[in-house]
Amino acid sequence: MTPQQAGTPGHAPALRIDALGLKCPIPIIMLAERIGEVSVGHVVEVLADDPAAKADVPAWCGLKSHEFVGSAQLADVPGWALYVRRSY
Amino acid sequence: MAYFDAASAEPITAAARTALLEALDDGWADPSRLHLEGRRARLMLDQARERVAGVLRCRADEIAFTSSGTQAVHLAVLGAAHLRSRRGPGHIVVSAVEHSSVLNAAAFAEQAGNTVTIAGVGADARVDVAGFTEAIRRDKTVLACLQSANHEVGTLQPVEEVAQECKAAGVPLLVDAAASAGREALPAGWSLLTASAHKWGGPPGVGVLAIRKAVRWRSPLPADGREAYRVPGFPNLPAIVSAAVALEAFEAGRDHAGVELRSLTSQIRDQLQQLVPDCVVHGDRALSLPHIVTFSCLYIDGEALVIELAKAGFSVSSGSACASDSQQPSHVLAAMGAITHGNVRVSLPRGTAHQDITAFIDVLPGIVSRLRGDGHTAARRSAAARAPASAADLPGPGTTTGGEQ
Repeated sequence: MTPQQAGTPGHAPALRIDALGLKCPIPIIMLAERIGEVSVGHVVEVLADDPAAKADVPAWCGLKSHEFVGSAQLADVPGWALYVRRSY
Repeated sequence: MAYFDAASAEPITAAARTALLEALDDGWADPSRLHLEGRRARLMLDQARERVAGVLRCRADEIAFTSSGTQAVHLAVLGAAHLRSRRGPGHIVVSAVEHSSVLNAAAFAEQAGNTVTIAGVGADARVDVAGFTEAIRRDKTVLACLQSANHEVGTLQPVEEVAQECKAAGVPLLVDAAASAGREALPAGWSLLTASAHKWGGPPGVGVLAIRKAVRWRSPLPADGREAYRVPGFPNLPAIVSAAVALEAFEAGRDHAGVELRSLTSQIRDQLQQLVPDCVVHGDRALSLPHIVTFSCLYIDGEALVIELAKAGFSVSSGSACASDSQQPSHVLAAMGAITHGNVRVSLPRGTAHQDITAFIDVLPGIVSRLRGDGHTAARRSAAARAPASAADLPGPGTTTGGEQ
């Protein structure tokens, strides 16, 4: 099942950030630096396997007033896909 | 140099040190023997028990000394779960922000067939009383566990409200008071209470397990007559005597120290948010322990921050994953929905000088700014290193758990 089918992001992610193998705060820095590359209302997908990223991506969204859309366990490797919608 | 990690261990007080040395001379014998030396040791042990009971406001025979706060918690949890095992598996309720010793003991009981419900907390780490009490099942729950205050962010928990609900349901309540004993008035209504001497300026290696008379509890360990069959092994009498002296002294200085320390932590709270961009201070300002202030600086490695602060002469701790042995982020911060990276806990020992706080506030913004520069460089390097990989080569998402946090 894809995230789209589950109705999480409204449409396919406009940007994928591969932060697999990277420890926090690097995945969050990458997200903060690159979310501006997508248009407002579009979704960024962050791939990460650091447990801290799984907690910190939603927490960062709360602080920065972006929308945390949801997360999905990766199929082939340990880790998660975390979805963030740019709000402004 | 300034030591700001009192929540891990308060520096041993002068009175406790003196008491420890004296008790080494007088209290080395076996307190369960009837000879002169043994009776002298017994008397010292009894007096220590009376002193601790006085501060905890319970009976002396309800107090047992353990070798650590963790051992006290393990015995408390497993002694309640074990009792039930004859009548089939029981149920335990814990808050999500308990000390790891409580969560690990509950997980251990779960492996033995009990069930465990973890009650959530708000963004300030305070448990939701309704949510906690709804998890209690009158016929099934053998123990509810709620800390007096949180050890990482200092938040005081609504123990007395939860205690009333537990009493109504006939469920014993374990209060882990390690973070607050000797620092705040202890809440009423507990059935079992645990604490640890090195948190109140006593020596390491002494914990307290208090079990109210009416509470059903049986040691989960092989029988041993020490401490009224509650804690096995020869007691560390000199350390126990010292711990009791330290607790009385700490409690006596509580109000004065509380006012002083809260003014210092408030200063850190107020100034950090002005001086450090993207810095989040956790927990509640008023409903919290006076000596703890915890914050997270976005885009910084917590371990690097602790090391840089140590180089600058400040000893602090961190709940960030990179700063922990397990490489797991703090379960407390995660349960609060708070940022776990770039985390620092400042916990002030008594007598902290105002100038140390000023010096800390002076040095922190520069360290944060420098580490942020390093972090951005590292992130760009990582991104550049994997730029050639096409998106099609990356693993896609599998089972979707949308909205999961």
